[in-house]
Amino acid sequence: MNVTAHTTAGNAYTFGFLDEYAKKEVRRAVLKAIAIPGYQVPYASREMPMGRGFGTGGLQLTLSLIGPDEVIKVIDQGSDDSVNAVNLRQFIEMMCPGVSTTTKTAECTLIQSRHRIPERPLTAAQIIVLQVPYPDPLVVVEPSEDKRKTMHGEADYSRLLVKLYEDLVTFDEITLSHRYPTRINGHYIIDPSPIPRWDVPKLNDSAALILLGAGREKKIYAVPPHTQATPLAFNDVPFRVEDFRDAAGRRRACARCGCMNSFLDEFVSDSGDKTYQCSDSDWCDEQLLQIERLRRKSA
Amino acid sequence: MNQVLQVRNLGKIYGPGCPHCFESTGPEAHTNLCPHCDSVIAIHDVSLDLHEGEILGIMGESGSGKSTVVKALYFDQAPSAGEAIFFDAEKQHALFNLNTAQQRWLRNFRFGMVYQHPHQGLNFNITAGGNIAERLLMSDLMDYNAIRARAKALLTRMEVLLSRIDDRPKNFSGGMQQRVQIAKALATRPPLLFLDEVTSGLDLSVQARILDLILEIQQELKTAMIVVTHDLGVIRLLTGRAIVMKYGRVIEAGLTDQILEDPQHAYTQQLVASAL
Repeated sequence: MNVTAHTTAGNAYTFGFLDEYAKKEVRRAVLKAIAIPGYQVPYASREMPMGRGFGTGGLQLTLSLIGPDEVIKVIDQGSDDSVNAVNLRQFIEMMCPGVSTTTKTAECTLIQSRHRIPERPLTAAQIIVLQVPYPDPLVVVEPSEDKRKTMHGEADYSRLLVKLYEDLVTFDEITLSHRYPTRINGHYIIDPSPIPRWDVPKLNDSAALILLGAGREKKIYAVPPHTQATPLAFNDVPFRVEDFRDAAGRRRACARCGCMNSFLDEFVSDSGDKTYQCSDSDWCDEQLLQIERLRRKSA
Repeated sequence: MNQVLQVRNLGKIYGPGCPHCFESTGPEAHTNLCPHCDSVIAIHDVSLDLHEGEILGIMGESGSGKSTVVKALYFDQAPSAGEAIFFDAEKQHALFNLNTAQQRWLRNFRFGMVYQHPHQGLNFNITAGGNIAERLLMSDLMDYNAIRARAKALLTRMEVLLSRIDDRPKNFSGGMQQRVQIAKALATRPPLLFLDEVTSGLDLSVQARILDLILEIQQELKTAMIVVTHDLGVIRLLTGRAIVMKYGRVIEAGLTDQILEDPQHAYTQQLVASAL
């Protein structure tokens, strides 16, 4: 194995922080995960210089996949500027000299994300890495991992549907806001990390490779490109995404860019007023730019 | 009459087992604990047949192995010896040669089980309707409204108030819990139902109503049932044929009337005499 240490600026770490053996371990798990869509591949999760639960699984995937010519984007809840994203980006910049970072979804080749899939459709040239806190959707119904593995193997997911039934009985609708159980390629059901329901349809037939990494739980799984991803639902109560209509039934628009078809975050001002804004900050900027361009053209 | 189940030489040993196990345990030895190797011979050489619409009783004292028979047939515990064939329409399933997925399929689609304690058969953290839904979902019924309708129909049949369909069974009385459990077991209309001490611990009037219900179901659906009980009254009321077990062995088998009126084995005579 070619173990190249780079020593620029007195840095004794290998490119990408992880040693080559660790990268090989992660890559091997990634290959298996792609070969068996939705299957949670156990792997030897390494200690990272940050707390488990802060995206170590995603970070290990990113650092194993990254090359010197990569253009990377790191987002947290759709924003490039929140703490988790900023820290991870700085760490990647420090450990991977030569790698360029961007906030633009259109320009990047690799995205590490917490809780969102960008609004702009991803392309076949891109890979998105999602940070996962709880990889196993069955954990809420079955405490024993041993039994859960059998249940996954036999595709025995009826108890997840019982949860949906209970929701319908109690609230007249399914109240899962995130981590919506999704069946991949007709067999394994995954926990697609805490992405909102809004993003679940993006898993289906995605052009980009979607990788999910759980550092604390030591699992890697994947939704390969153009793979079927079906959110769990009853035949007569179909899955639906978040509803952004106001009391009058009008679709709310982003207060910043006016976009009517993006996932919105709610902000409450000091006076108690609620405003809504695109959760994906790059998308919001792009919409603003477009409006600006149109205005200039007409002027 | 169509045969539903054929069990031959069923055995279950807890422990290492040794060549002397079978000769040194059983009713004659007055123990099921092997003195040579300390293994427990829970059941040995149990054979039985069950036909469509028939109710077979298994009676015996505590520890005689009657529940173990049912648990082995319902795949709760794998037996250590013997074979069982389940006749399902045109197909025959050799129960103990199936893999776990096939066993789960039979459990979900073709068998039903009602346990002595409702908490074994019901999930107390979800609603009564949810418990029935679980079983229907396991058998691949994926329509919410259809599930809801079936759950309502079943609970109505079991004389559980419909207004309580969305309550949790932990807030129910013992008799109601048991009726929800029976509703759950019957949700997929299984041709074979196991009842393990279903009326123990209930007061007499509630017992009587549940037993009536079981008889009505047997008449309606032609369900074959195996009833495990130590209660001779239940045996007399429900079953056509019965087997008597002691220390893991079958000591007497035959028509219920015959066993209760003219018991042959000393233990059965004692059992019948004491049930005044």
